[in-house]
Amino acid sequence: MSKNKILTAIRNNKPSGAPLPDIPLFREADTAPVEAFSAMVETGGGRIVQVSGLSELNTMLPKLFPGAERIASLIPEVDSNVALEQVQSPAELETVDVAVIRGQLGVAENGAVWVTEEDCGHRVLPFITQHLILLLNEDDIVSDMHQAYRQIPIDQSGFGLFIAGPSKTADIEQSLVIGAQGARSLTIFLGTRA
Amino acid sequence: MKEHAQKAAEFIRNESRTDWHDEALWFVRSKRDKASHSIGEWEQLRELASQVKDNVLSNLDGYLEQFEANARRNGVQVHWAADAEEHNRIVYGILEKHQARNLVKSKSMLTEECHLNEYLIKRGIEVVDTDLGERIIQLKEEPPSHIVMPAIHLKKEEVGELFHEKLHTEKGASDPKYLTEAARQHLRQKFLAAGAAITGVNFAIAETGGVVVCTNEGNADMGVHLAPVQIHCMGIEKILPKAEHLGIFTRLLARSATGQPITIYTSHYHRPKAGGEMHIVIVDNGRTAQLGRAAFRNSLKCIRCGACMNTCPIYRRSGGHSYGYTIPGPIGSILTPGIDLKKYSGLPFASTLCGSCSDVCPVKIDIHEQLYRWRQIIAEEGHLPTDKRQSMKWAGRVLSKPAWYNVIGKLTRWAMMRLPRPFLYNRLNEWGKDRELPEPPKESFGEWYRKREKS
Repeated sequence: MSKNKILTAIRNNKPSGAPLPDIPLFREADTAPVEAFSAMVETGGGRIVQVSGLSELNTMLPKLFPGAERIASLIPEVDSNVALEQVQSPAELETVDVAVIRGQLGVAENGAVWVTEEDCGHRVLPFITQHLILLLNEDDIVSDMHQAYRQIPIDQSGFGLFIAGPSKTADIEQSLVIGAQGARSLTIFLGTRA
Repeated sequence: MKEHAQKAAEFIRNESRTDWHDEALWFVRSKRDKASHSIGEWEQLRELASQVKDNVLSNLDGYLEQFEANARRNGVQVHWAADAEEHNRIVYGILEKHQARNLVKSKSMLTEECHLNEYLIKRGIEVVDTDLGERIIQLKEEPPSHIVMPAIHLKKEEVGELFHEKLHTEKGASDPKYLTEAARQHLRQKFLAAGAAITGVNFAIAETGGVVVCTNEGNADMGVHLAPVQIHCMGIEKILPKAEHLGIFTRLLARSATGQPITIYTSHYHRPKAGGEMHIVIVDNGRTAQLGRAAFRNSLKCIRCGACMNTCPIYRRSGGHSYGYTIPGPIGSILTPGIDLKKYSGLPFASTLCGSCSDVCPVKIDIHEQLYRWRQIIAEEGHLPTDKRQSMKWAGRVLSKPAWYNVIGKLTRWAMMRLPRPFLYNRLNEWGKDRELPEPPKESFGEWYRKREKS
């Protein structure tokens, strides 16, 4: 059995015990996490749209994405014309133009947003869609990744991820190109709970 | 195998291209500096990361067992592979079971190390690397030259030519945006047709039994979520004890690699998708042996960010292919001697020992000190090339006897002043190949000092 072979080799070869260090909480809270978050999202190639209420989203969407035909929305207030519950195979989502998903938590230091498969309907949706919209509450922005991981039970969902911008690559001569294999754009609708 | 120095000499023959390569990597290094300097606690993070990895290495067996138990509880199938052959056999077995003939892969240095692609292609599987850089070099039938930017050695015109031939893009087109779009369309078809997807693993969390994969393109997720079967291949050293440690490592990884504050996608896989299967293959392939080498085990802390390559004056001016191994640069040069001391005996010498690699390493591996230690072992085991061995032997003799040293010094100064050029610049003078010898002083320091004392 290779498992036993590997574990035995480790036991014979490993160094003596080194303690696990305590990870401090580096900062309590930023003075302006929303501004820092927004700046980081824009640095990462995303765009921030301030919204005052969910009711205005339906009128905003066609203005932001004029040509979009297939809208897959996980937010009741935004009309969806893709019946996600009827999708048999994830490949059917290939033709989605815009996906609207609720983000759970934002991170000011890098502009990342935590999303789980329950938020996405289908795991592949935030990647396969041409354009991605994440809805985020300003109150749900934390300072850094330490705070983020304290709040997120990473194994509660079978799949969860941080999204910090549109899909990108710099694999050809270090030239930054937005829109590699995943979504071509990321828009974050930022609002307050009230 | 050709020595690193020989292959580097071929690389630098094209001077403008060498400069271009050098500058491209230095640009990435500069971005890394900017990103790391923006974090006040950067040095503290590096120290913590190093300590967490010390703890991981000293409890690796326990963490791996904990990881396996939790992963199984999550419905994940866990496999163990002692070496590359077993790893490849396991992966092929999973594909066979599902009759999966089309495989999409995201970046995994481990599967490169195991030569998985060749193994599967030989057995009739279509293997498509989906990271743009990796797809480029796969189409070009070359190994990666960098672990984060696999096609950093290629110019856009060369990629344009390649895509024209393989993907039927317009002839002469070399705009990166246009070429990336062509690859996007091409790869979407591959994702949709795939029967299985393979990813590497950035971090495996013992406490939760899940794995974390970081990409900018989203290619790992396009593969994993579209294909019915997902396989994650990891070296045993990828373990982190708890989810909270991801806070440290996700802050360090992308900033060190490309200067980004975080990768665009940081995906946490814990359970298979509805109706799908999730496999994790845990691979040793020489890692436990490295764990047993006290002076070198720190190399197992590596998180594959590539910062040591971007900063290395040798790597930047010799290119990744000159190292002749999947992982080039300073980190490759301390990992390879443990794999095959004789074959890779040249690599620890591909360094000026300037220490820049150790300075930028996010987990504080003492890379340049390990390079120096490998040199000692290579010399002791008799793997030095003859010229180096002889010159070291004679230098040792001369330097250990003051009388000899004085005589040889005098002779050398005389020779350098009097002898015609061919006597000084010939194949015995490695230093003088591309350099002028320094102006010889009229007297030695000893002579000057004695004269000064007298007067």
